[in-house]
Amino acid sequence: MLLSYLKIAWKVLLRRKFFTFISLFGISFTLMVLLVVVALFDHAVGPHAPETRLDRMLFVNFLHIKYKNGGNQNSPPSYYLLNRYVRQLRTPAKVAIHSLFHATPSYVGNTRLDLDLKYTDDAFWQVLDFTFAEGKPFGEAEVKSAARVAVINRTTARKYFGTDQGVVGRTIEINQTAFRVLGVVEDVPVMRISSYADVWVPLTTSPNDLNRVTLTGEFAAIILAKSPADKAAVQAEFDQMVKRIPLPDPKEMDHLDLHADEILASYSRQLMSPLTNYTSDGLNMLYSILGGLALLFMLLPALNLVNINVSRIMERSSEIGVRKAFGATSRTLIGQFLVENVFLTALGGLLGLLMAYVALQLIGGAQILAYAQFELNWRIFGWALLVTLFFGVLSGGYPAFKMSRLLPVQALKGVRN
Amino acid sequence: MENILAQSAVRPQATAATLAATAQPVIQLRDIEKVYQTKTIETVALNRVNLTIHKGEFVSIMGPSGCGKSTLLSIIGLLDEPTSGVIELDGRPVQSYSDKELAALRNQKIGFVFQSYHLINDLSVLDNVELPLLYRSGVGGRERRERAYAALDKVGLSARTNHFPSQLSGGQRQRVAIARALAGNPEIILADEPTGNLDSVMGEEIMDLLLGLNRQEGTTIVMVTHDEQQAHKTQRLIRFFDGSQVQ
Ligand SMILES: Nc1ncnc2c1ncn2[C@@H]1O[C@H](COP(=O)(O)OP(=O)(O)OP(=O)(O)O)[C@@H](O)[C@H]1O
Ligand SMILES: [Mg+2]
Repeated sequence: MLLSYLKIAWKVLLRRKFFTFISLFGISFTLMVLLVVVALFDHAVGPHAPETRLDRMLFVNFLHIKYKNGGNQNSPPSYYLLNRYVRQLRTPAKVAIHSLFHATPSYVGNTRLDLDLKYTDDAFWQVLDFTFAEGKPFGEAEVKSAARVAVINRTTARKYFGTDQGVVGRTIEINQTAFRVLGVVEDVPVMRISSYADVWVPLTTSPNDLNRVTLTGEFAAIILAKSPADKAAVQAEFDQMVKRIPLPDPKEMDHLDLHADEILASYSRQLMSPLTNYTSDGLNMLYSILGGLALLFMLLPALNLVNINVSRIMERSSEIGVRKAFGATSRTLIGQFLVENVFLTALGGLLGLLMAYVALQLIGGAQILAYAQFELNWRIFGWALLVTLFFGVLSGGYPAFKMSRLLPVQALKGVRN
Repeated sequence: MENILAQSAVRPQATAATLAATAQPVIQLRDIEKVYQTKTIETVALNRVNLTIHKGEFVSIMGPSGCGKSTLLSIIGLLDEPTSGVIELDGRPVQSYSDKELAALRNQKIGFVFQSYHLINDLSVLDNVELPLLYRSGVGGRERRERAYAALDKVGLSARTNHFPSQLSGGQRQRVAIARALAGNPEIILADEPTGNLDSVMGEEIMDLLLGLNRQEGTTIVMVTHDEQQAHKTQRLIRFFDGSQVQ
């Protein structure tokens, strides 16, 4: 019976190519966009190497200073601030400090190669889980002695040395300074701004005076808590600590905001600041907005699907009448339409999955985002498919149920009112 | 009381056919009324109809357009419910059947030929004809196809099995509708003007087909027709006027 349902479903779909196309396209397109967005999102804030222990990590990325005249200043914090205060916290397991990355010129023969350079401490390599293709990171001794050593990523090794093997010990010249390569790591996508760079060198090799007493600078910290549950304690201590940071200019400055946030919150605090005015991390607001948009985005195709299904079944009222006249029970008819709908929805779902896969390959292949690698999120796919099936079943099942209860003659004459 | 009335109304014709006198009644209508109620008017399509049809009878129904013939056939075929009155199938009131039992009756006992064919446009001729067998348990795909082919062959359409209804002429569609009613080998065939759209030669052939079924297989047939000649070939003729039986 199921086989003949499927056969009928398939025939009906083929016979109604336009309807099938519209219906499938709505489902597939929505699913594709959803999957792509989620993949991008996951790419930016999901636990991927080297930020594998995200559940234990807190990020200190931005400093906000509120002035008494109402002005605002936003900047990454200084090394001094992070080293003097954040590093002294007792609750974390480790605190890593690193600079933002900067495009720095380098030359291979006569061709210029701009490399993104990042200054880091040695804890950076312990907090993050880089995959070393060869060599090792720099340690405390190298950082203390401001040794001119570097960790480079695989692509840089290839571009600079022409090979990514056996480059440890060779010299790379960046901004007219020679660094000895200590290790080669796998590429890190640019969306992971905390860990990303092409070349990592000890922060003590920075030409700037690290210990200049100032609040603003170009550094950030990654705090590793002892356990995921311990993050709250770290944040509590952090907030207490912030209160003790003296304002350099108490006459003009009102207060400063500095927070240790989980990855997404660290972004949303900045992103949502026009709405939150720095009073919260804005994460709930971000979630509401994203959720609302997603809902709105899915509502239209869902309504479309419901509408198409309802009118399609109404349209086939006479078919239902004929089938009843020749012995179909209500249950068989509902079954037929459900199978048809589930079949159609599942087909749309698979098509959406395929489209999402192709789209992600294209985005990844186009190198819009350096070293990007996207993964399809099967859980989201599952949920989205479940939601579509729900709408498909409901929108097919309900009218089919109503129609199947009609007397054959009523169905045969068609339901016009 | 009603019972006696119904009997007396039907007996004269029934005794005319010796076959019917001994056979059991398959379909019995008692005081069937069908009223269509719309906002503005009330149409009495059937007015207190009493009718008994015996096993193996071939009955034709005639009457002017709009007198209620199709309505009557729909009620006999369990496709519609009367406003009042009782229908008995094999001596059991239809009202007492469950939805599922009714479906089984429609499937196994009755083959319906609609006045306006009512083929499923999305299905091929063959799939249309297979329909009654599709809802019958224990009939496999191959048997379905074979029986559908055989039925199509009987109506002279074996060359058109893969066409779709929209690709057929009116007469061809009508023959598909007849083949569909035959495919399930029902005990009762209810045909609403089954030759209305056929030329006289084809009409004759279909008529012979029905007569043969009736004679050889003992199929009970109730046929609505506008053709006096055809009607006279059947064992019994019932005339309708304005929702009532007139003879
Ligand atoms: N759904 C309906 N709503 C209202 N009136 C109806 C409905 N169906 C049928 N009628 C009316 O019932 C009466 C009987 O209709 P029916 O179709 O049974 O006639 P008929 O004898 O089969 O006519 P014909 O020979 O033209 O097929 C007609 O007056 C018709 O207008
Ligand atoms: Mg009629």
